Amino acid sequence: MNSLKKLFGGNTRQFGMIFALIALVIFFQWQTGGKTLTSANMMNLFNGNSYILILAIGMVLVIIAGHIDLSVGSIAAFAGIVVAIAMRDWGIPWYMGILVGLGLGALIGIWQGFWVAYVGIPAFIVTLAGMLLFRGANQFVGKSNTVPVPQEFQYIGSGYLPEVGPVTGYNNLTLLLGFLLVGVVIYNELKNRKRLERVGAETPEMWVSVLKIALVSAAILYATYLFATGRPGTSFPIPGLILGVLVIIYGFISNKTIAGRHVYAVGGNRHAAELSGVKSRRINFLVMMNMSILASLAGMIFVGRSTASGPFDGVGWELDAIAAVFIGGAAVTGGVGTVVGSIIGGLVMAVLNNGLQLLGIGADMTQIIKGLVLLVAVAFDVYNKSQGKPSITGLLARGFGGGRNKPEAPADAEENLAAREAVGTKQVL
Amino acid sequence: MDNHIILEMQSITKEFPGVKALDNVSLSVTAGEIHAICGENGAGKSTLMKVLSGVYPHGTYSGRIVFQGREVQFKDIRSSEAAGIVIIHQELALIPELSIAENIFLGNEPTRFGVINWDKVNSDTLELMARVGLREEPTTKVKDIGVGKQQLVEIAKALSKSVKLLILDEPTAALNESDSQHLLDLMAGLRSKGISCIMISHKLNEIEQIADSITIIRDGKSIETLHVKNDGVDEDRIIRGMVGRSLESRFPDHTPKIGEVFFEVRNWTVGHPAVGDRLVCKNSNFTVRRGEIVGFAGLMGAGRTELARSVFGRSYGNFKSGQIFKDGKEIQLRNVAQAIEHGLAYVTEDRKSLGLNLLDDIKATTVAANLQKITKGLVVDADQEFVVAEEYRKSLRTKTPSVNEGVAKLSGGNQQKVVLAKWMFTDPDLLILDEPTRGIDVGAKYEIYGIIQRLADQGKGVIVISSELPELLGLSDRIYTIFEGAITGEVSRDEASQESLMKLMTASRKSA
Repeated sequence: MNSLKKLFGGNTRQFGMIFALIALVIFFQWQTGGKTLTSANMMNLFNGNSYILILAIGMVLVIIAGHIDLSVGSIAAFAGIVVAIAMRDWGIPWYMGILVGLGLGALIGIWQGFWVAYVGIPAFIVTLAGMLLFRGANQFVGKSNTVPVPQEFQYIGSGYLPEVGPVTGYNNLTLLLGFLLVGVVIYNELKNRKRLERVGAETPEMWVSVLKIALVSAAILYATYLFATGRPGTSFPIPGLILGVLVIIYGFISNKTIAGRHVYAVGGNRHAAELSGVKSRRINFLVMMNMSILASLAGMIFVGRSTASGPFDGVGWELDAIAAVFIGGAAVTGGVGTVVGSIIGGLVMAVLNNGLQLLGIGADMTQIIKGLVLLVAVAFDVYNKSQGKPSITGLLARGFGGGRNKPEAPADAEENLAAREAVGTKQVL
Repeated sequence: MDNHIILEMQSITKEFPGVKALDNVSLSVTAGEIHAICGENGAGKSTLMKVLSGVYPHGTYSGRIVFQGREVQFKDIRSSEAAGIVIIHQELALIPELSIAENIFLGNEPTRFGVINWDKVNSDTLELMARVGLREEPTTKVKDIGVGKQQLVEIAKALSKSVKLLILDEPTAALNESDSQHLLDLMAGLRSKGISCIMISHKLNEIEQIADSITIIRDGKSIETLHVKNDGVDEDRIIRGMVGRSLESRFPDHTPKIGEVFFEVRNWTVGHPAVGDRLVCKNSNFTVRRGEIVGFAGLMGAGRTELARSVFGRSYGNFKSGQIFKDGKEIQLRNVAQAIEHGLAYVTEDRKSLGLNLLDDIKATTVAANLQKITKGLVVDADQEFVVAEEYRKSLRTKTPSVNEGVAKLSGGNQQKVVLAKWMFTDPDLLILDEPTRGIDVGAKYEIYGIIQRLADQGKGVIVISSELPELLGLSDRIYTIFEGAITGEVSRDEASQESLMKLMTASRKSA
């Protein structure tokens, strides 16, 4: 127990959700007789869930800032149909199609951000309206028909890393990617150690770092092996690559930049943020706009995968994305959550879905189980908070790019403070 | 008037962790009198009323409460109301979207076979409104009537519960003069019908006008009870009772190094954010010199905070007119970011809801108002953040195991040090500190005073807003007094005394 603690940097509970994810994978691997961790199934899992995970990235920022976005599914569908028609009828190439889609997402984002940030209408209402509006727009523009997209465009939704270089029996680019990741993990850990030494904070012992690197590297290399040894023509999926890049970019923005800090500040205490010079309306605007851009990207990836845009694309996506974010430790009241946590939350849902499917369990039971998992995960968190213990899912992923979490706030200390403020200061003189 | 005692509170002691809020307080109220309770902010008046009305249930305090000859043990507000004690808080507890009648009978609706009897509700409301002199339709929504009339609705609601003892907490604080007068007349009317009132008020002229007896509370102890008629009480007498305490050496020794005037506000006028024509700052003028600690004295609700926040990037109210000069040049502070850029800093009186993000840790809070300074390119430098926070932790002697701790875990004094660090990191020229020692114990206060003096010695101007006169007298080089949004006086350190300030703060004498 103590060594585990050292390994995970102070608090074993931080890793509750990761642990749950790993346990889930092992459980299904055992129950399905090894069908879970196969090349084909893993690719399937990434291809079939990447768009939800991309939505979860945008959604966690929206939720940290204290809002919600119900319109993402409809926006994804609307962007998908417009891009599909633009490519079919105007004959624009696939990369122009992507730019058109992203531009449309930005315009929709400006629309929604304007109402939320500058007019002050709750995001729930604005995006509920958007959900109806853009679903209708999708069916109006596409005349409720299905519109196919060209082969090249399908690459972003169902493509794989190409085969290049010498014949090794593996997919070379996938191998390269895996080794690169391992290198980054080692570099980061060593750099972090140096940093801690330099600023004079407590540095973990060397064997802890080594073991940590070994475990993470082993996981990455195993995944690399799986993806590099699929049937011919397959390797690491393109949607997974897009997702990975986005996770890195948004993890960076939310943790390392002023804009990211301001999102947390506005969600944590809007008034305090404003009195510290944060322009909260601009932050709210940008967060809502960003969500719409990511929603249209997700829509395009889905269209690429399913080879055509249809009138019922993206139905219910907003709920999957929101569930992923809350399982990943975000707070309904805002100010708490991480990008990586939300991805893990989304993966928990995805693995559940996938595993239950492999076991031949029907959609009815799958939904019931997923609903219960969401409820239990959040209830567990709420219970822990009410007991004055730190929030488990809230503490999640502190080790991953310095996640920002609700600090432990013992209930009695709060009361103590409140009591003192209630009586003012005179009594202590 | 007979001398039959309706309420007797005997030796009430109420402790919060680490703080004795009430220490052996006694209070007795005669039937059919208006009994005022006076004391400075935080003296324990509200706590006493919360004990009486059952907000703090029996068992959480020691002492006895005898009401109408029987000892009572209230376990919540409902049980005290059932006995006939109703409290009306400063912030009214009405639901704006409901009608007057619905509000009056909320939680107490007359029913017939489980269905609300609206005819009875409305006819009873008319009768109650007549008793308090309110002429409105029972179906008018509460949000559509003024705050003075809302106050009357609260009293009508109390009457509907057949109140015997009415407690009014700062009943006229938000009212204009004619509404206040109407309310005072109404209280006199209730008195003649045998209903007793306990009134908490800072407006000494009103107390002198209407109260029969006055209990003075200071530092959680009941000091004395004055009978207005017999004892020949006037405002000076009340003030003496409220502040009568010696100044010990609670302040570090300090010799000010005062420079020239560098910050000036002229003709500052600001409207209330919600109520269009009400002014929260009226044509205020003030100056600050380098190295000077300037005190703003005023009672709660006088407009001190409103003045400070409106100057700090118009973060409160509707700006109407006025100019700000810094180093002889006029500057425009349209938002908080601009105010920070021009070297202003504002430490709020309400740490928890306006000053801190309680989800943050110490290091993130320390750098929150000046992230640019530790940002290289796009990246907020986490090393710098840690180093900066460590520096302030050491220099301000913040008690915490590490700057990675959450601010929610800190005590009030240490939280305040983190907030001060946050603003010191913006390297301001003018710091406005709003109640900088509220909720802080005496040791930490001494340290905060030391920090304030050090900041002034660095050539910064400091404005200290405080409800505690001894604090202002001990700390300030010059004091402005504020009453109802206007600056009513400017007193130098040597001329100032608690009595002279209290007079200016309550505007009992017109002129400085």
